[in-house]
Amino acid sequence: MTQSAIFHTEDVSRLSERPKLLISQRQQTLRKLKDHLARGLIHIGGIAVIFAITLIFAYLIYEVIPLFKKPSLTPVQTLVLSGHTQTSFSLLTDERAQVAAVMGRQGQLQFWQLQPQPLLMSEQLIAAQQMAADPELDRRFAFYDDGKLAIAEIEFKNQYDQSGALQVKPQLIKPYGEAPLLLADAGTVLQSLTFRDTSNAVWAIGQVSAQQLKVQSWKKQISPFGGQVSLRADRQLTLSPSVDAIQNVLLSGDARWLYVISPTQGMEVFDLKSNPVQLYAKVELDSGRITASQFLLGGFSLILGNEQGQIQQWMPVRDDNNHYRFSKVREFSLHQQAITELRPEYRRKGFIAADLAGYVGYFNTTAEVELFKQPLHAGPIELMALTPRGDQLWLMDGGKVQGYKIDNEHPEVSWKSLWSKIWYEGYDHAQYLWQSSASSNDFEPKFSLMPLAFGTLKASFYTMLMAIPLALCGAIFTAYFMAPTLRTKVKPTIELMAALPTVILGFLAGLWLAPLVEQQLPGIVLMLVSTPIVILLSAYLYTRLPESWRQRIPDGWQPLLLIPSIILSVVISMTLSDPMQVWFFDGDMRKWLTQDLGIGFDQRNSLVVAFAMGFAAIPVIFSIAEDAIFAVPKHLTFGSLALGATSWQTLVRVVLPTASPGIFSAMMIGFGRAVGETMIVLMATGNTPIMDMNIFEGFRTLAANIAVEMPETEVDSSHFRVLFLAALVLLSFTFVVNTTAELVRQRLREKYGSL
Amino acid sequence: MAPSKPQQSSEYKTSPAPFPLLQSSSLALSPFKQWVQKGTPWIWFNAGAVAICLLMVLGLLGFIAVKGAAHFWPKDIMSLVYEEPGKDAKALLGEVQSRETISRQRLQESGVDVSNSNQEFFQRLQLKVGNRDITGLDFVWVVDDFTQKKNYPLDAVMIERREWGNFYGFIEQIIQDGQPIAAPMDDLLVQLQPLLQRANQLQDQIHDIEVGDMGRINYQLEQLRLKQKRLQLDGQNTPQNLAQIAQQQQQLEQQYTELHQQLSQLSAQAERDQVTVKTISGVSKTFSLAKLVAVYQPNTFSGWQKIGFYFSKLAEFVSEQPREANTEGGIFPAIFGTVVMVLLMSMLVTPFGVIAAVYLHEYAKQGLLTRIVRISVNNLAGVPSIVYGVFGLGFFVYFLGGSLDQLFYPEAQPAPVFGTPGLLWASLTLALLTVPVVIVSTEEGLSRIPKSLREGSLALGATQFETLCRVVLPMASSAMMTGLILAIARAAGEVAPLMLVGVVKLAPSLPIDLNAPFIHLDRKLMHLGFHIYDVGFQSPNVEAARPLVYATAFLLVSIIATLNLSAVMLRNRLREKYKNLEN
Repeated sequence: MTQSAIFHTEDVSRLSERPKLLISQRQQTLRKLKDHLARGLIHIGGIAVIFAITLIFAYLIYEVIPLFKKPSLTPVQTLVLSGHTQTSFSLLTDERAQVAAVMGRQGQLQFWQLQPQPLLMSEQLIAAQQMAADPELDRRFAFYDDGKLAIAEIEFKNQYDQSGALQVKPQLIKPYGEAPLLLADAGTVLQSLTFRDTSNAVWAIGQVSAQQLKVQSWKKQISPFGGQVSLRADRQLTLSPSVDAIQNVLLSGDARWLYVISPTQGMEVFDLKSNPVQLYAKVELDSGRITASQFLLGGFSLILGNEQGQIQQWMPVRDDNNHYRFSKVREFSLHQQAITELRPEYRRKGFIAADLAGYVGYFNTTAEVELFKQPLHAGPIELMALTPRGDQLWLMDGGKVQGYKIDNEHPEVSWKSLWSKIWYEGYDHAQYLWQSSASSNDFEPKFSLMPLAFGTLKASFYTMLMAIPLALCGAIFTAYFMAPTLRTKVKPTIELMAALPTVILGFLAGLWLAPLVEQQLPGIVLMLVSTPIVILLSAYLYTRLPESWRQRIPDGWQPLLLIPSIILSVVISMTLSDPMQVWFFDGDMRKWLTQDLGIGFDQRNSLVVAFAMGFAAIPVIFSIAEDAIFAVPKHLTFGSLALGATSWQTLVRVVLPTASPGIFSAMMIGFGRAVGETMIVLMATGNTPIMDMNIFEGFRTLAANIAVEMPETEVDSSHFRVLFLAALVLLSFTFVVNTTAELVRQRLREKYGSL
Repeated sequence: MAPSKPQQSSEYKTSPAPFPLLQSSSLALSPFKQWVQKGTPWIWFNAGAVAICLLMVLGLLGFIAVKGAAHFWPKDIMSLVYEEPGKDAKALLGEVQSRETISRQRLQESGVDVSNSNQEFFQRLQLKVGNRDITGLDFVWVVDDFTQKKNYPLDAVMIERREWGNFYGFIEQIIQDGQPIAAPMDDLLVQLQPLLQRANQLQDQIHDIEVGDMGRINYQLEQLRLKQKRLQLDGQNTPQNLAQIAQQQQQLEQQYTELHQQLSQLSAQAERDQVTVKTISGVSKTFSLAKLVAVYQPNTFSGWQKIGFYFSKLAEFVSEQPREANTEGGIFPAIFGTVVMVLLMSMLVTPFGVIAAVYLHEYAKQGLLTRIVRISVNNLAGVPSIVYGVFGLGFFVYFLGGSLDQLFYPEAQPAPVFGTPGLLWASLTLALLTVPVVIVSTEEGLSRIPKSLREGSLALGATQFETLCRVVLPMASSAMMTGLILAIARAAGEVAPLMLVGVVKLAPSLPIDLNAPFIHLDRKLMHLGFHIYDVGFQSPNVEAARPLVYATAFLLVSIIATLNLSAVMLRNRLREKYKNLEN
């Protein structure tokens, strides 16, 4: 681009300061070099900025992807526990699966070191005719022998040695002391034992025969010195189920429901909180022979496996009369073989199932997903253990143990749990719910984005209802009818509205407007109706003014004429508000709404948001629509007017159709602005994630939800990533809306160009 | 930019103009029907929409201005006796905050027995009675119809305290150094002022020592602790190095002890004098003057005194630290934080925005790709700001910040340095948020420069870079300024993303201070917009803090409106300037 000789003129002033006409060769190369350098730098800089912008998309996707990653199972190692032969009751490991405890059916307890190589650490024998583990804390066992019950717990103690390496020391402790507890008469032989350790009591249920259950509870007493817990016998019952065989007896986590599960005759449920205890319900299970049963985390839902390889989740559901019925919530299927073993997860609502053919499946109930399903073993698996973190699975058969690493960070999130109705524990039907955290550990996270998406759309819908008529009508007048001098003042003034910080709009809406609307509701409603009427009335009265008066007012100044009448309309509406409350609504319209009409009313509601967000959306729509209408070529309007059309006809038949793409894009961009608005909705609604179109109730939007929950969530948890997903949804949505609007606008511009 | 008016002035007025399309019917119509058929009502309807929009903007700005500016005006203290039916009469003293009309029904619901009265509506006054430590409530509502003996006692005082909000009552006695001052009752306030001034000066000294000197020592001690840990991590913790650190530590600790002694002496001096005051219900209280900020008798103020009071309060508001969980005192740290953040953002956003615009407009090959990029950049201005906040938190704070901490600040572990929200990340996030604004604006400026100018420069032999630097950019400079101003206005008003990346309710120290390295990019900061949200919605005493929020809102709106209007003016000037070049 550079030429060898440079001619100097006054315009290129700096160069002209040089006395010489020609520039030396060295300077030439220097200039060329500079040019190339600058070109390179600008290229790099420009591309870097564009890259930084696309990085937003990329990073959000990067954070979201793990949510939808298919869980994987990788075999780690196979170990032979030489010397272990007897059939076992339970296999347990510590957090890192360094040590395993194997509980034999006859009460032989062996501690095995798994890492770095299998080694028998210690062995002891506990007298037990029957044994049972607590469904929640499955390291805690009850051992029954000759009418007496002993409770013991396996503890994996983490110790660090001098070199800082972790040493796991397993041991058996007696949490409630040595004294044996009496469950049945001496010499009674039990068919099975059920054990449940709740926060204030310990329960044991011994099955003497299929028709006789001995139920005994012990209250926990905490000694004021040292916090030692001791047990005192509390309730003693004998229950008689009417089934011919019992597959399992299970006691729910709150120690209320006692489920007696028969392999073929369904399930009998006893309510232990009632007095006297009686049969509460007999539940038909409408499935094949039940071969395995267990509680999910929390002891609320039952999972039942049958011989066809199906696994069903059942739970008590309360109806409006406070009566419970027991319902099948969902069903999974593993393989065509009978389920032999069900293992719930320790910290999530998931479980692992194994069947006769050695198939192992991993399921999550909240997300209703099958995470994986593989044949891991030839023939039935004797025992399974999950590490408490749920990141390792150990299978045991005979003396052989096989370890697997599970990569499964976010099982509770699936496409279905995000966007479909889910039947959560404790609810009577499937629904969309957002409830991301709670105080208890066994809480089922409810990550449905539907209520939030609904709230977002509800907010934008009411905002648009408020903003579109005002903004478009305003744009039409400003662009087409308004006097040019006035237009240059009005346009920047309305556009200034867009610059108002939304935090101020939100503050005014939440603390000033919301109480005002609540108190002066009739006035506000009246104002919405009366203002258009007053405008028309003033317009008609204007035609009645003497001609000479009207001549004095220049054309296109109507808005200023209307300002006093609008103010008057507002003032009259507001002064009539209180009398109207008394005349029509018994003194309080809000009460009338809720009590007589049954319409819920929140102080911070959608109406308030619509008003406040109108301030944010109106200037955006106004500005773009006004530009589009103003840009309609003037020869089109002149042509139409010359043909005798009235200016209104010209506007409706010529100007608006030509500008319609621009008006459409204005509405889209205004909509995009309303969708992403955060501070106004955060401050002017109650932020309750409900799904209800009622204008007098609140909602929670995606954006406000992120602002509320993001600072409190744990990094890289499912909740964290779901919030990133919410941000990605917002980003994609607004991006699509804006791109559509922009493309439409560009086409319009080209069209005008050709006209 | 004179828009040509499309319609003839007489057209939609009453005179029957020739309308061939309507002629057959319109001649037979009544004036009203004709009026409707010509569409005039709809035109007025549209005019009404403009009027409503205008009223909305001006009304809102006026409302904020009135509410915000009124906050500092001194209000008279009213004394009254309030006797609700069925309850004992009580004397109240306070400022009238607001009045409202309330229906009988609502009043009944709020627990006032109005069964003996047959009025439908009542007037209610909201009184700010203060004395939160005694009555527990700052505000009471009284029904005007049940009040008696309303008057404005001249000797009523309003005392601003460092804790518990305002006190309203009467001065009983002043105790100087344990001795009551013998002075006539109406002279007590005059006697009190010099003593209060002395106590306040001492308080200022105490504050300077606590925040300035002791803050510096604490900062240096922390640096030494980190240095020691660093040496340990690098394996250079030789006895010599350690001894050196220990010596410095000892020195600092000694200084600290000295300051501490000085501080307790000053405190004792500040506590020397007391004042005994009495509430209107007769409760006596004695305050140490060190606990008071100012004492006024607003009922005695003359017009000039009121103006003086107004401006002194205004100055206090913008220059002082907040008190009482931000609900009283000034908002200086919030103003400072906003300014520092916005400046830092401008420094980041201007070069990058301009380079990107120059690249897109001057260097990149114009084709489908640049078109897509241009649309995307345009769209990013419409992406919800909270999305930038989420990105900033995830990418800048946790990813970049976390990596920086691991690389450069191992000694601070497990406490994060940059791996936590702070000034740098807030500015970067906002820079990313506003970069589309700068790009769009600069590009618009560049596209307004006639091609002939560039070609002229190139034809004279200038390189492309020389053309850019000496011809194009100077001409586009006002467009860049416009972009920057708009970016600043947007950044100053943005709150949602900042809540995630570095703004806090109360920052312990300013992001810039006298401790090296002076600018602390890792510190959290306070921000005007967030201050409004926090004080208005999350403070323990929203009612009492509300006037202050209005004042803050007014300040913020004025800044942003000024910035925006100047951008508009710059843009217009720019358009005027190149209009003749274009033709």
